[in-house]
Amino acid sequence: MNTTITIAFVSTPMIELILNPPLFLIHALLGGLLIAFIAAPLGVFMVWQRQSYFGAALAHSALLGLGLGLFLSINLSLSVILVSLGIAVGIHLLKAHSKLSSDTLLGILAHSSLALGLILLSLQPQAQLNLMAFLFGDILSIDQPDLIFISFLAVAVAVFFKRHWQDLLNTTLNAELAQIEGIQTQKVQLYYVLLLALMIAMAMKMVGALLITSLLIIPAATARKYAQSPEQMLGYSLIFGGLSVIFGVVASLFWDIPTGASIVAVATLFFLGSLLRRP
Amino acid sequence: MTDQPLIKATHLHHAFGGKNVLHDVSLTLKPNEIVTLIGPNGAGKSTLLKILLKLLTPTQGHVWHKPQLRIGFMPQKIHIDDALPIKVNRFLELGLSSPKHGGNHSTTLQQTIETLSIQSVLETPIQQVSGGEMQRILLARALLRSPELLVLDEPVQGVDLNGQTELYHLINHIQQQFGCGILMVSHDLHIVMKSTHKVLCLNQHICCSGTPQAISTDPAFQTLFGEGYEEVALYEHHHNNSLCEHTHD
Repeated sequence: MNTTITIAFVSTPMIELILNPPLFLIHALLGGLLIAFIAAPLGVFMVWQRQSYFGAALAHSALLGLGLGLFLSINLSLSVILVSLGIAVGIHLLKAHSKLSSDTLLGILAHSSLALGLILLSLQPQAQLNLMAFLFGDILSIDQPDLIFISFLAVAVAVFFKRHWQDLLNTTLNAELAQIEGIQTQKVQLYYVLLLALMIAMAMKMVGALLITSLLIIPAATARKYAQSPEQMLGYSLIFGGLSVIFGVVASLFWDIPTGASIVAVATLFFLGSLLRRP
Repeated sequence: MTDQPLIKATHLHHAFGGKNVLHDVSLTLKPNEIVTLIGPNGAGKSTLLKILLKLLTPTQGHVWHKPQLRIGFMPQKIHIDDALPIKVNRFLELGLSSPKHGGNHSTTLQQTIETLSIQSVLETPIQQVSGGEMQRILLARALLRSPELLVLDEPVQGVDLNGQTELYHLINHIQQQFGCGILMVSHDLHIVMKSTHKVLCLNQHICCSGTPQAISTDPAFQTLFGEGYEEVALYEHHHNNSLCEHTHD
């Protein structure tokens, strides 16, 4: 974390920060809100399909993306995205053709790619990699190209769910029934998984590899308590995700705590609050 | 041509990991025909059903569907995670939203809900309905598509005799009202619906087929599903003799 900047903020009155926000704060909030927007629909389906381990596996594999990116000297964001997509397709294909249960397959892929990533990183001691930022996220690292990419992803997610919300819902309810009713379940599910992989690759900078899954599932889990329909659950999930990002980012700046942890802590407070509500 | 078949399957073979599950099965499903597929556990009923519905590609053989065939499918059971908040009416509407459906939405919906008398549970979260209600809901969803073929996977499983009679009565009524073909799968070898036009008796291959009356006197059927346990135990032996010749039509 950048200590000088943080100290400057602690001494700046809050009102001035709000009236005249520095560019990186705008970037951070904008990026965070976009991530929350993307995470909501992906997250509710992750909860409905019991796929949270899938998200964790993809996040683990991102280290391989970093290692590979450094090894081949290509853009790190790009290599993380490519590896995540590759792993997502790999899991999708393996599931259809293997006798092992999917959590076993996920465990194998997640940890073998993590191991390979660590090996690649250790082969390049000259490489400067901020492991803390990788694990816990660094809000200050969100720059304009990241924002542009996240915006594109947000559009892609919006288009996909506008078109295929019902299809994915039917697939989630009962895949065989959906297929007989004429839905291309494999295709819809694959698109979902690819969007998930992209989201995880992008959210890594924000919340870090360790906490990405919680960004997907905690707002959705909180929303469950208030929702009567799938769409309501999506709506509440958007609200809780957005509020968690706003309060999380602000708290992270003021108290100099890791942004990802701060966002997840706020999200968890909302979740705890929802537990108090009667079912 | 009005008598064009709905589904035609020719010489289906299927094997899982080298183990033969289906052997040379051919069958034709016609419009307005009620067909019951029976067979003991492990006979390959589910596999055959999946192949007929094109959920599974057979190792050998071919399945032909009438172009744009509308199938209404009633799964054996359905598990919906508690994490998914959904009421019965929404679940039914979701069946209408799928690409392959026919008929007028709102009238079909009303009519179907009345036929199956599920008005009272429409606003109930689907995880809270009883087993019998769930069955009627699944049947309703299948019917909402104005199917030409209604496929029922073990509809009477876990239902007592009274419930079975009621359900068969309902299916009969539906068949007349909606005018669709019906393919029903059952592991109950002794009770099939009376109005069944054709019973297919499966044990990896089609042992015998015909009307319920004809089937019950068929020696192959008696050998396969007869009363005595001895005969059941001896079945493997009988499998190779002339009693088990295929009787395709």
